[in-house]
Amino acid sequence: MTSLQPSLSLAGSVDTGSPDLSPVVASAASGWAWARLAFQAGGLLLCVLIWHVLASHRVPLGVITFANVPPPAEVLATAWDLAQSPKLGQHLYSSLLRIFFGFGLAALFGIGLGLLIGRLRWAHDGLLPPLEVLRPIPAVAWIPLSILMFPSSEGSMIFITFIGALFPILLNTIHGVEGVSPRLIASARSLGCGRWSLFTEVIAPGAAPSIVTGLSIGMGTCWFCLVTAEMISGQFGIGYYTWESYTVQNYAAIVVGMLVIGALGMGSSALINRFGKLLMPWYQPQGGRS
Amino acid sequence: MSSPASAATLGHIDIDHLHIHLGEPGQSLEVVHNVSFTVAAGEFVCLLGPSGCGKSTLLGALAGHLVPSHGSIRVDGLPISGPHPERALVFQQHTLFPWKRVVDNVAFGLKMKGVARDQRQRQAHDLLNLVGLEGFENHYPAQLSGGMQQRVEIARVLINYPRVMLMDEPFGALDAQTRLMMQEHLLEVWSRIRTSIVFITHDIDEALFLADRILVMSPRPGRIIDERRLGFGRPRDGSLVTSARFIELKRHCLELLHPGGKHPAYLERLSPLGKVPANASSFSV
Repeated sequence: MTSLQPSLSLAGSVDTGSPDLSPVVASAASGWAWARLAFQAGGLLLCVLIWHVLASHRVPLGVITFANVPPPAEVLATAWDLAQSPKLGQHLYSSLLRIFFGFGLAALFGIGLGLLIGRLRWAHDGLLPPLEVLRPIPAVAWIPLSILMFPSSEGSMIFITFIGALFPILLNTIHGVEGVSPRLIASARSLGCGRWSLFTEVIAPGAAPSIVTGLSIGMGTCWFCLVTAEMISGQFGIGYYTWESYTVQNYAAIVVGMLVIGALGMGSSALINRFGKLLMPWYQPQGGRS
Repeated sequence: MSSPASAATLGHIDIDHLHIHLGEPGQSLEVVHNVSFTVAAGEFVCLLGPSGCGKSTLLGALAGHLVPSHGSIRVDGLPISGPHPERALVFQQHTLFPWKRVVDNVAFGLKMKGVARDQRQRQAHDLLNLVGLEGFENHYPAQLSGGMQQRVEIARVLINYPRVMLMDEPFGALDAQTRLMMQEHLLEVWSRIRTSIVFITHDIDEALFLADRILVMSPRPGRIIDERRLGFGRPRDGSLVTSARFIELKRHCLELLHPGGKHPAYLERLSPLGKVPANASSFSV
């Protein structure tokens, strides 16, 4: 079609104008990338250095004291020991399994209920009030009751992680569904989309960016709740390991436990982000940093 | 096209003493007042009126998304009972599915009919050729310009071979140049796939350039205050807009829409089917 030519030739002229410029831009950009990376690593190293100075000189600062904080080298040695111990596998396996079930159930219920509540009036009026009453209760406050409710401590710990992840996922899903443009829905309906295919074809993908945000936040609270729950009841798990190290006064292991928890949390967040990108190749978040 | 429709035999619209109220019962507002008109099969009718006159509301009722309070709308003798792919609806912008590739956007209507994937992709390719977008099948809508997005929109509704196309200021968000191009393009597509078209605009030039017949609406509550058969020949091109007859009609419409050269008071837009999102650019990078 001839009438399309202007926009096409415009795009072409931009392409032909850039090649002599682009290698310079690219090499400058990669130089910048290295500088940025070095800068970031420097920040990290500085933190470790400060930790080392404070801990090895057992600096007392009045309100806070570093007398009992193990220095980095000691933590590294303990970490190396743990890495070679068969117990590490058991701790990781227990924790990851609880996260898998707790988070999986929360995602299932959170997204499912969120789609219904965000879209259907009866679900909104019938399901939201009881959930709103439960929402302000912190997951950690559920620990005593859940120990009474679940015969196995495994069940109670999974329940705590489930509660922790459920509300961020649920609320973000509802928010996402309510944000789907009524025009998009009207267009879909006029194209022959029925009531139920509307959920799979329009509502769910329309709410997807918000759902992924909810999953990401939910994953964070999930780890938070798991570690707390493991400290109270459990025989294996990385949270239990951290708390047990405190009770047996193995202070370096406390820090190892903390770092492992941090690494696992970071890894699972990265997994969610990766999953989000795979699921939504069309989605490009707006904005940037200066 | 595989099956070029010749003279349309379907798509006769009959609107009889239509009243539409919007809002909660008790504090509702009459938006459309006693509107009656007919559209012949294959006719191109433009509804011309100021912002907030109830044009979009009327179109929403024709599409089946809004229920009128009095009166009837019939298409080919049958009353409307909800949205239907035979009554295609085209909005101003941002109603393509951002998560579907262009070809899947166009094929959506066939997917809803349960047509097999191969076949619906093939038909979508044909329609993308018709609107001049061959080669853009695998792009996402956000990667296309506004004019190209509206071409996809037109292809997407045409795949259902609708009896009626309901267009709500479809080119309103485009720049003047692209808008002219799209008007000519729409007429060319319409000459090949003949449907009845009800086209809403507040742009007098656009209405006069496109339509067989124009209906002029008053400010809210919207009534039909003038009806005029244009009688310009087809195919039409840009020279039409400088012809004496065109300018005479334009003066007449201006007088109707701005009596005495005064601008009418602005009315709040009700947008019963939702406003164009203010952050609409979030998908168009």
